[in-house]
Amino acid sequence: MDNAQYRNVFVFAEQRDGVVQSVALELIGKARDLAVDLGEKVFAVLLGKGIAASAKKLVEYGADTVIVVDHDNLKDYVTEQYTQAMYQVAVEYKPSIMLFGATTIGRDLAPRVAARLGTGLTADCTKLEISEDTKEFQMTRPAFGGNLMATIMCPDHRPQMSTVRPGVMQKCTPDASRKGEIINFAPKFDSSKFSVKLVKTEKEEKGSVDISEAKILVSGGRGVGCVAGFDKLRELAAVIGGEVSSSRAMVDAGNMPHDRQVGQTGKTVRPDVYFALGISGAIQHLAGMEESECIIAVNKDKFAPIFAVADLGIVSDLNTVIPLLTERLKKEMAK
Amino acid sequence: MKILVCIKQVPDTTEIRIDPVTKTLIREGVPSIMNPDDKGGLELALRFKDKFGAEVTVITMGPPQADLILREAFAMGADRAILLTDRKFAGADTLATSNALAGAARTLDWDLIITGRQAIDGDTAQVGPEMAEHLNIPQISYVAGLDYDGKTFTVKKQTEEGHQILQFEGKGLLTVLAPAFKSRYMSIGGIVDAYDKEVEVWGADKVDLDESKLGLKGSPTKVVKSFAKELKQPGVIHEVDAEQAVELIISKLKEKHII
Ligand SMILES: Cc1cc2nc3c(=O)[nH]c(=O)nc-3n(C[C@H](O)[C@H](O)[C@H](O)COP(=O)(O)OP(=O)(O)OC[C@H]3O[C@@H](n4cnc5c(N)ncnc54)[C@H](O)[C@@H]3O)c2cc1C
Ligand SMILES: Cc1cc2nc3c(=O)[nH]c(=O)nc-3n(C[C@H](O)[C@H](O)[C@H](O)COP(=O)(O)OP(=O)(O)OC[C@H]3O[C@@H](n4cnc5c(N)ncnc54)[C@H](O)[C@@H]3O)c2cc1C
Repeated sequence: MDNAQYRNVFVFAEQRDGVVQSVALELIGKARDLAVDLGEKVFAVLLGKGIAASAKKLVEYGADTVIVVDHDNLKDYVTEQYTQAMYQVAVEYKPSIMLFGATTIGRDLAPRVAARLGTGLTADCTKLEISEDTKEFQMTRPAFGGNLMATIMCPDHRPQMSTVRPGVMQKCTPDASRKGEIINFAPKFDSSKFSVKLVKTEKEEKGSVDISEAKILVSGGRGVGCVAGFDKLRELAAVIGGEVSSSRAMVDAGNMPHDRQVGQTGKTVRPDVYFALGISGAIQHLAGMEESECIIAVNKDKFAPIFAVADLGIVSDLNTVIPLLTERLKKEMAK
Repeated sequence: MKILVCIKQVPDTTEIRIDPVTKTLIREGVPSIMNPDDKGGLELALRFKDKFGAEVTVITMGPPQADLILREAFAMGADRAILLTDRKFAGADTLATSNALAGAARTLDWDLIITGRQAIDGDTAQVGPEMAEHLNIPQISYVAGLDYDGKTFTVKKQTEEGHQILQFEGKGLLTVLAPAFKSRYMSIGGIVDAYDKEVEVWGADKVDLDESKLGLKGSPTKVVKSFAKELKQPGVIHEVDAEQAVELIISKLKEKHII
């Protein structure tokens, strides 16, 4: 394989019901860094039906070119239809790198596309970089339940593919004046392979916010105790303009819905401030929050592992600290 | 109906610790188990055996010790077990693993293939979809429910927003979520019989695939480095009373321009 023929960083711009997903914008942000290091361009690939208007948004967030595939076959996500389209885009445009969100869609689509292309795929990456000296693409990911990190390369095959969990990479600030090229691509579909039919989609009621989007998270664990304890956290969050999240222990106990769980089996978050209140800091919890800009931990056990990642560690009883802090913040915010 | 279930032997990652000095995984004393999602997949197959008389074959690729999970599968009710073991399989990434399993599947007779969604060690969730691609059959991942009316499979797939109902006829591959199929225990009779039954041991020559696609040679990805996760430099820990605690937090928030 002649690697030199393969150029540019491609992002699968996942959309659902016509709405471009946050993870797509995060990946475009990362793709920009990679493209700059390589002296290449960022391409976003937007598949769907009636979605062409979103191309502009992808440009604003950093795509140089948007490849739009607008087709009835792509109205809803179904594996084979999307695989055919992505595969043909890859064959036609020969990307050097191709990134997907590690969502239920991306993790279904990316391995199928990788196997059809006969190339490698690195899962759930938390770090993507171009080595300074050799300009090689290095993908780093956790394995063994978060206990081990591995750096993986795909030296002899192209494209080099990876999936990245939502919330891990950072979006660029959108720029409405950015200009980009928009290409309409028409794949040749082989409908004889469309053997799976989507019968219906059922949505479940969700909490009001996506915690991975919050700038400030007030997160509680078993140390907060019961539902009443969480009311105190909600009050604190309201005063400081944040959202409430929690450890898995509180989700398992039924005190919090699963969509507010932070960690390996919950969401990955990266707020400006993460309050870890009564959370011990199990490795599975750390996996979801340790990239936060600033971590403030309150725990009465000075040996709690959460303190190993905290920027500010307070050994104290949260039942007295939280109400006092809330009162004090009310005064600060009123200033 | 014939069902092929792919199962993997994994270290129980909840028991894994990192050696603080060498920064490597401590594997000693860590129990090996059947991957949880695969156990769910086997349970689903066995429910089809109970209901429709399906014949259930389990297959694993791994070292000779992986025999243990195949015996466990016998004890749960599997009819046939195959162990793919050969130096030539070693060092496989997901593409090479899926190629080996697909190569074995090509020599077998089946209507449905079931894998787990994800193995708890490699954690990639890629082997199922890649295997389906090699075999040119459809896949449905994140499966939380399955019905069959004699002709059509109706599948419940879990998504971030809720779930989807999908249907297909003919051959297919499903990747299964453990919590949806709480597995049965091994029966006492089953455990006794499990050691009388034969596990078929296959080398690379039994697999319908070019050797260049197996093992390290057939793996496009290379692990170039692995290391224990670096925790960031911790800040200062203060053992203080509540008032002092509040002062410290307020000044931190000011320093970070939050307030
Ligand atoms: C496969 C797997 C996946 C998992 N995924 C996740 C995940 O995604 N997210 C997650 O969070 N966990 C996850 N877990 C669970 C994880 O291992 C821990 O069990 C969990 O995070 C513990 O939650 P906790 O910190 O709230 O509770 P605990 O560990 O019980 O900690 C409670 C803490 O509160 C402190 N405390 C008690 N009272 C007070 C008080 N009055 N004032 C101050 N401090 C107090 C205690 O000192 C203690 O440190 C997973 C586990 C497994 C095996
Ligand atoms: C630290 C580390 C990181 C790695 N990262 C990557 C990576 O990013 N990309 C990559 O391609 N490879 C990677 N590998 C290699 C990968 O772990 C192996 O190829 C492994 O054999 C299969 O991947 P998995 O454990 O992720 O399985 P998954 O894809 O998560 O497994 C899904 C299902 O496939 C079936 N299955 C998987 N393996 C077997 C088997 N041996 N026998 C029978 N059924 C099986 C099971 O039903 C399982 O539930 C990594 C390995 C290590 C040690």
